[in-house]
Amino acid sequence: MTHSKFQEKVVEMKNITKVFGNFVANENINLTVHKGEVHALLGENGAGKSTLMNILYGLYTPTSGEIFIKGQKIDIANPNIAIKHGIGMVHQHFMLVEPFTVAENIILGMETTKGLGVLDLKKAINDVKQLSEKYGLHVDPEAKIEDITVGMQQRVEILKALYRGAEILILDEPTAVLTPQEIHELIQIIRNLTEEGKSIIIITHKLKEIKMAADYCTIIRRGKFIDTVDVSVTSEEDLASKMVGREVSFAVDKVEAKPGKKVLSIDNIVVKDNRGINAVDGLSLDIYGGEILGIAGIDGNGQSELIDGITGLRKVESGSIQLHGNDVTNKTPKEIIERKISTIPEDRQKRGLVLDFTISENMVLENYHKKPFAKNGVLSHQKIKEFAKELIEKFDVRPTNENAKARALSGGNQQKVIIAREVTNDPDLLIAAQPTRGLDVGAIEYVHKALVEQRDKGKAVLLVSLELDEVMNVSDRIAVIYEGKIVGIVDAKNADENTLGLMMAGGGETHGQS
Amino acid sequence: MEGSLILTIGFILGTTLMYATPLIYTALGGVISENAGVVNIGLEGMMTIGAFTGAAVGYFTGNPWLAFIAAGLAGGFLALFHAIASVSFAADQVVSGIAINFLGPGLALFLSRIFFEGATMTKSISLNDKIPRPFNGIFPQNSILDLIFNQYATVYLAFFLVFIVWYSLYKTKFGLRLRAVGEHPKAADTLGVNVYKIRYWAVILSGVFAGFGGAAMSIAVVSNFRPTLISGQGFIALAAVIFGKWKPQGAMLAALLFGGAQGLTVYLGGTGIQVSSQILAMLPYVITLIVLIGFVGKAVSPAANGVAYEKGER
Repeated sequence: MTHSKFQEKVVEMKNITKVFGNFVANENINLTVHKGEVHALLGENGAGKSTLMNILYGLYTPTSGEIFIKGQKIDIANPNIAIKHGIGMVHQHFMLVEPFTVAENIILGMETTKGLGVLDLKKAINDVKQLSEKYGLHVDPEAKIEDITVGMQQRVEILKALYRGAEILILDEPTAVLTPQEIHELIQIIRNLTEEGKSIIIITHKLKEIKMAADYCTIIRRGKFIDTVDVSVTSEEDLASKMVGREVSFAVDKVEAKPGKKVLSIDNIVVKDNRGINAVDGLSLDIYGGEILGIAGIDGNGQSELIDGITGLRKVESGSIQLHGNDVTNKTPKEIIERKISTIPEDRQKRGLVLDFTISENMVLENYHKKPFAKNGVLSHQKIKEFAKELIEKFDVRPTNENAKARALSGGNQQKVIIAREVTNDPDLLIAAQPTRGLDVGAIEYVHKALVEQRDKGKAVLLVSLELDEVMNVSDRIAVIYEGKIVGIVDAKNADENTLGLMMAGGGETHGQS
Repeated sequence: MEGSLILTIGFILGTTLMYATPLIYTALGGVISENAGVVNIGLEGMMTIGAFTGAAVGYFTGNPWLAFIAAGLAGGFLALFHAIASVSFAADQVVSGIAINFLGPGLALFLSRIFFEGATMTKSISLNDKIPRPFNGIFPQNSILDLIFNQYATVYLAFFLVFIVWYSLYKTKFGLRLRAVGEHPKAADTLGVNVYKIRYWAVILSGVFAGFGGAAMSIAVVSNFRPTLISGQGFIALAAVIFGKWKPQGAMLAALLFGGAQGLTVYLGGTGIQVSSQILAMLPYVITLIVLIGFVGKAVSPAANGVAYEKGER
């Protein structure tokens, strides 16, 4: 440890082990955090980062191991004890009561009262105002959570912890839902907080942000402690290989795109969301063969509804969609699959697979009724299994047992099953909705390669992703979606993160530059 | 009704208040439980046991207020089982509620047979031992004011409790926590709010209110308990909760509407119009159905309503 400014240890977790059933989520993990330090906790999905932090916050009790807060051994049995010792946590999925106001959310559990249990909301609002000014966390105490932006919701979460006197703040994947600009704001907030002597633990798998914000980084792989490194002298590549356990390449390997004929043409379509609001609101877009068109945007700007509209899962209220010049608007999902549009759906466990079916059954979900898989309405399991075996080998699905339940596969292998099925349909248009969500670095490489392969075969690929890096690395052209419209299309070669970020936020209105 | 329109209206309004009262109590119970995230379809059963207990205690002690409180306790006691099943054991709240709806009337009949020589009806309490009427004799007899306002004390208490429940839900610490638990129990949990404790209290309180509702029927509107006394009013109260958008004041207005349907039924039954009494008796239920189909629309319930909360181990 080379930094001289970090002297005072505030958190020491020693030999922490946590076992769920037969599954060892954490095994002898050590973590030391100093006053005023930003400490990143790096690991792939399922590596055990969140488990470790939930132990520190008292949501799980460790199977063995000790925790010291400011040198004092503490048994953190529940969040109340963690809060009492100055530990605050901002969860990845915000823990906010939507119909309540900002102030109500902040005081919940530690209410200001006028006595007899009667709330003193005026005092609460004042307290929140003072606190937010002190740390530069702008919020409107009287606004309802359901009406404010995600960035502001996150500030409310941070204020919730500070209101409880947090000295040690755990941020679980804090940037996952933010625009690039909001990420910069968050990093500024983190700096303000450490200057005030707070310590911050960031759970993340984004290397760039660790380099930008953290002083130290502890790496966990498969529940095991790997290393704690000084971030200023460690490269992103080193961090990545420690996280994954092997060398990783970040760049997506691909040659120049050779766009062909127009495959899909979307003209001014409107699609409503579940609340009846126009989520896709007059969107137009053309996709050509031999290119990957990436759609960049913040979650909830109509991406899901756009895909549902194209694939026939949601009604297109007006406008038209044409495939090779033929109208496919509001066809049934089955017709659309038969016209050679295939989809890697957003939620692989809900829409991509039937989790309790075997791999082989999942492989024929779209074609089970056709020869040779069925004859006169009776399935031929023999033929289905042969087909599945072939795909398992070709797409490197593990385990290689075609009778294994889809539920038993890792996320990456579940995705391989879906890709195998969809690609084998030989589509003209392949839609990939967040195809790498929740996957580890190795599986991400695989998925990206598969998409590029389809493109090189002359297929049109529509990639929708909330990860801006992914859109920028994989796509040939990038369309930015905002409030249900395409607000701009740029060539991926000329795209830069800031411009895209501003477009994603509606032209940068949040920064007063519009 | 002497043919006078004014007096007719007075009579219908008075009857409306009388019949709406049991619904108001019970619906308040539903509001409390469902705002904490526990669907309470068992209101009917809790109301029934309250009605029996009120009538029985009233008969034996001659003290209507003691009877009223005992009815609340009986409802709360039955609700405890709903809480144990649906909060502690995360059982399906609808199934647990249905079980309560069998348990309540069954228990009431069983106890009635024990305490009233095998009869399924309790013996009537004397008129002097019913819930008192605070404004009796203040207004000229059979004047419109008398017809509307000469009500049992339970009627006035019901409206007062609407205010109390509203104040508690929206202006107190307990109310904030209760609603938080119904919207996002995990958020409340991470802030150190005891989700289980609050849900227990909410369900038990809902049983107490439903018990009051039953007693408001058996020792005020009528003067004994019989197996058909409640017959669906618990469900109508539940409809009032939804129609009232899970708010106490809304539930009260809905209960008044359904009570109004009852009042109309009673009035029409007395006019000698040639309508079968069975058809008339259907009226409140038909109105409930029409209202639910036509006017409720997409009511937004508390987000975690009906969802059991289980602390996160994996």
